[in-house]
Amino acid sequence: MMKTKWWLIALLVCLAVASFSPLASSSPDGLERVAEDKGFVDVGQEAPYQIIADYVFPGIENEALATILAGIIGTLILFGVAYGVAWLVKSRKREPLK
Amino acid sequence: MHIPDGFLNVGTVAATFVVSAGGLGNAVRVANKKLGEKHVPLMGILAAFIFAAQMLNFPVAGGTSGHLIGAALAAILLGPWAAVLIMSCVLIAQSLIFQDGGLLALGANIFNMGIVASFSGYYLYRLFVSMLGENRRSQLVSSFVGAWGSVFLASIVCAIELAVSGTSPIQVALPAMAAVHTLIGIGEGLITGAVLSLVLATRADLLQLQKV
Repeated sequence: MMKTKWWLIALLVCLAVASFSPLASSSPDGLERVAEDKGFVDVGQEAPYQIIADYVFPGIENEALATILAGIIGTLILFGVAYGVAWLVKSRKREPLK
Repeated sequence: MHIPDGFLNVGTVAATFVVSAGGLGNAVRVANKKLGEKHVPLMGILAAFIFAAQMLNFPVAGGTSGHLIGAALAAILLGPWAAVLIMSCVLIAQSLIFQDGGLLALGANIFNMGIVASFSGYYLYRLFVSMLGENRRSQLVSSFVGAWGSVFLASIVCAIELAVSGTSPIQVALPAMAAVHTLIGIGEGLITGAVLSLVLATRADLLQLQKV
C-alpha cells in the first residue's frame, strides 16, 4: 500500500493517450472507405440522438479541446464501468487461483 | 470497423444480437468462476486504454485510416472471455454515448470486434507461442500475429454480414474489406506488441494472472 497503486499510473497513461486524440487521422476508417468506394455509404443512418457524437464534446468552440475532453471523459467512464463490471462478476471464492 | 445502423438487415441484426448476448452471458459466467481480485483493476485499465487508443486513427494507404481494436491485447493479457467483457463495455459505451457504431448494429459489432477478434487473437497467439517457445521475443512475435489475425478475421466476418444483409455482394465486400484490413492489422500488431513489451518490462507478473 505504500507505493502508488500501479493502475493509477496506468490510468494517467491512458488519459495521456486520450489527449493525443486531436492528432488522429481524420480519413475514413477501413469500413467507411470500403462503403464509400463500393457505393453503400448512403444506406448508413444517423444515430437517433447525439450525446458526444463523433468524439467531439458539444458546445466547445475549440475542436481539439472538445476532442480531448471527449477522450478524457470516455476513458474515465470506461475505467469505471469495466472496473465495476469486473468487481461485480468476479469470483467470490476466497483466494483466486493463481 | 464500427458498423453504423442501416448496413445490416433485420435478420442479421437479430442473429448477431442473439449470438452476442449468448457470448456475453457466457463471459459473465466464466468470469464469475475465474476472475479474481487482481484481475479487476486490469480490466478497468484495459477498457480505458482500448477506448483511448481507438480514438487515435492512424493513416494507412490511400486516404484511409485505421485504429486499434484491442481485443487481441485484452485476450492475450486476460484471456478471451475477459476480453469479450472488456470489448462489450467499450463498444456499448461508444454506441450509446459517442454515436460510434449503430444501436441496432451493436450485436454485430460485439460479435465482430468482441467475440471473433478476442478468440482469434487469443488462439493465434497461443498457437504461435507454443510453436516458438515461451520467451519474450516469441511472445512479441506471437502477439503481432494474433493481433493481425484478429483484425483480418473480424473484417472477413463483417464483410459476410454486409453480404448476407444484401448491402454489398460478397465478391465485392470480402476482397475490399480483407485488403484494407490487411494493412490496418499491421498497425494493430505493432501497437499490441508495443504494449505487451511495455507490460513485460514493467509488470511481467500481470501476464501470470489466470486466463479468463
